Amino acid sequence: MGRFPALAGVDLDVSDSQIVLLSGHNGAGKSTLLRLCAGLVPLASGSAVVLGNDLGKSRSAVRRRVGLLGHETFLYEDLTVRENLDFWSRAAGATKEDGLSALDRLGVASRLHDVNVRGLSAGQRRRVSFAAMICRRPELWLLDEPHAGLDAAGRDTVDSLVTEAAAHGATVLFVSHELDRADALADRHLVIDSGIIVDETRRADTSTTDSDSVPLGAIPDA
Amino acid sequence: MTSHSSTAATTDLTDQGVAGGLSGTGSIGTKVIGSAALVTVALGAIYGLVISGPDQKLGNTVRIIYLHVPTVLAAYLAFVITAIGSAMYLLKRTEFWDLLASSAAEIGVLFFAVTIIDGALWGKVTWGVFWRWEPRLTTSAVLLLMYVGYLAIRALPADPRTRATRSAIVGLVAVVNIPIVHKAVDWWRGIHQGQTVLGTVDPNMAGNQLFAMYTSMIAGLLVFAWLLIHRFRVGFLMERTEDLALEEAISARRQENAGQTGQGA
Amino acid sequence: MRDVLLVAAKDLRIERRSRIGTAQVLPFALLVLLLFAFALDPDRGLLEAATPGLFWVTVLFSAVLALQRNFGIEAEDGIIDALRLCGMAPSSIYFGKVLALVVQLFALEFVLVIAVAVFYNLEFNGIPLLVVISLAATLGIAATGSIYGALSARLRSRDTLLPLLMLPLLAPVLISATRGSEIALRGEVGTGWSWAALLGLFASTYLIVGAVLFSPLLEDA
Repeated sequence: MGRFPALAGVDLDVSDSQIVLLSGHNGAGKSTLLRLCAGLVPLASGSAVVLGNDLGKSRSAVRRRVGLLGHETFLYEDLTVRENLDFWSRAAGATKEDGLSALDRLGVASRLHDVNVRGLSAGQRRRVSFAAMICRRPELWLLDEPHAGLDAAGRDTVDSLVTEAAAHGATVLFVSHELDRADALADRHLVIDSGIIVDETRRADTSTTDSDSVPLGAIPDA
Repeated sequence: MTSHSSTAATTDLTDQGVAGGLSGTGSIGTKVIGSAALVTVALGAIYGLVISGPDQKLGNTVRIIYLHVPTVLAAYLAFVITAIGSAMYLLKRTEFWDLLASSAAEIGVLFFAVTIIDGALWGKVTWGVFWRWEPRLTTSAVLLLMYVGYLAIRALPADPRTRATRSAIVGLVAVVNIPIVHKAVDWWRGIHQGQTVLGTVDPNMAGNQLFAMYTSMIAGLLVFAWLLIHRFRVGFLMERTEDLALEEAISARRQENAGQTGQGA
Repeated sequence: MRDVLLVAAKDLRIERRSRIGTAQVLPFALLVLLLFAFALDPDRGLLEAATPGLFWVTVLFSAVLALQRNFGIEAEDGIIDALRLCGMAPSSIYFGKVLALVVQLFALEFVLVIAVAVFYNLEFNGIPLLVVISLAATLGIAATGSIYGALSARLRSRDTLLPLLMLPLLAPVLISATRGSEIALRGEVGTGWSWAALLGLFASTYLIVGAVLFSPLLEDA
């Protein structure tokens, strides 16, 4: 508890359709940065504009338009896979069918649809969480270690979903420790340490100056 | 590095002081209020205990009312201030309203506890037992416990915004209940008009009794105001010390980082 | 409205799956009724005289348990973050939780009434008034409970904190529901309706308060 800053000085511009990799030690502030972009963490100082919304003014407007895949599943353990997807898709204003097709897209076998989430393996849960995230068609994808806990096929699925989303204009910000795979996927690679961006590499072909960008310079409460 | 941050600390405090230099939590204003409180308390005590006569019906026990009424008055005022502070915090999100609400709640609980204790003492003298389910005392007991919950929420470690929001919610939920608890307890004890023994000023009071009553009411409010201002300032200083720790943590990180990249390049 | 039903249906479905209410809260409530019979000698008429009060005390304690369960599910697995992100209005979530709680508590009260009738030898009079009082009291418990349940759900000390917050707040509900039920059971009815009105006032006040406060509650608490 207390009030120590998770991010001390992050200046970041991300434009549409970019895939940005964040890496760094445990506790460097990567997850907090993702939560900040999702509008879940109040800004203590600095400013942040996400999807054209100033987070210092309103954090709720941006939330409907982002999808967050966190360390936690965001699923009700006592409900089945299908019931979870029904609830979360309809809660976000999408339809049941969106939920089911998202499950298909993630390769969740239909025999698992009526199994309680409690009875799923970690990898299967991860897929269901991912499905619950994409069924609402977010414009900004915030993925905290999307490859973790998945088998080879699952990782390939994640990669193709991410590339496809970016091709359709979504922006992707993701955290990973598996740098080989992640570097191949990303357009830019930022290294965070102690809440500060310390290094950046980017592919030659991507331009970073874009009008609809995401400048961040933020110190949210931990 | 350490000496640098400690000088920063002292300048910070004088710059941001609410009432001039903050070597303590006193100021000219509180000294005036404090002295006035002392004078009125003394005056109220002299009139209440010595000069005024006993009541026709209640005898000498009436003198407890000169303590009871001011404390209960100040306690209710405190909870209204807590509610206002809570509502304003949720609207404005500024530290001022949060500190005002929590300081008032703390003092309100204190005054309510005094109210219940002196009410029970009065009961012992009048009825021979400490506690009868006298409506005003019963209501006070319920409200006291409600605000003990507020203090419990307040005491939990959390970041300032979360803690302030939680306590503001409790402050508002609790205050709405006050009139409902009053009504329920009154009906429960079969009282439908304000005919309670404690908590109402006898309309037949006159002369020195009335003077003692009003003096002690003013004394109660002054003591409350004095405590509130000091409690507020203590809370404010506690926040500032936490802020200093925060700033130090940030600057330490920045420096560390600048050192690293300097070496790298 | 659609979101209210969505949330309520989800809660009731979880309850149907996990059966915490029927397997734990209800047996607890019945156990408390049994303990009261041990504490108050049934042969001296104490139990019968005190039945309405004992019934409502049992309901309050059980409600606190039900609340801990109902908001515990929202505190796990990052669900609160997901609820914030999904874009449903906080007041819709609040009313959904209230609705699901009212259904569960009302079902609990129904079983308890039968138990009281059998074990405490209760004769029923003034049933319309009893039903109205139970509904209004239940709504009041659910309305306040959903505020404080959500407030304490993610706190480590929630098991001790929730009763400390809830029970003093519900003092007027206990008084009104007990007195109202006594009057109804005696077949006098008349003044019983003013108790019902007070319960209604409590419930409607807190439904408004809850709808307004649930937004900062979900956001920052």
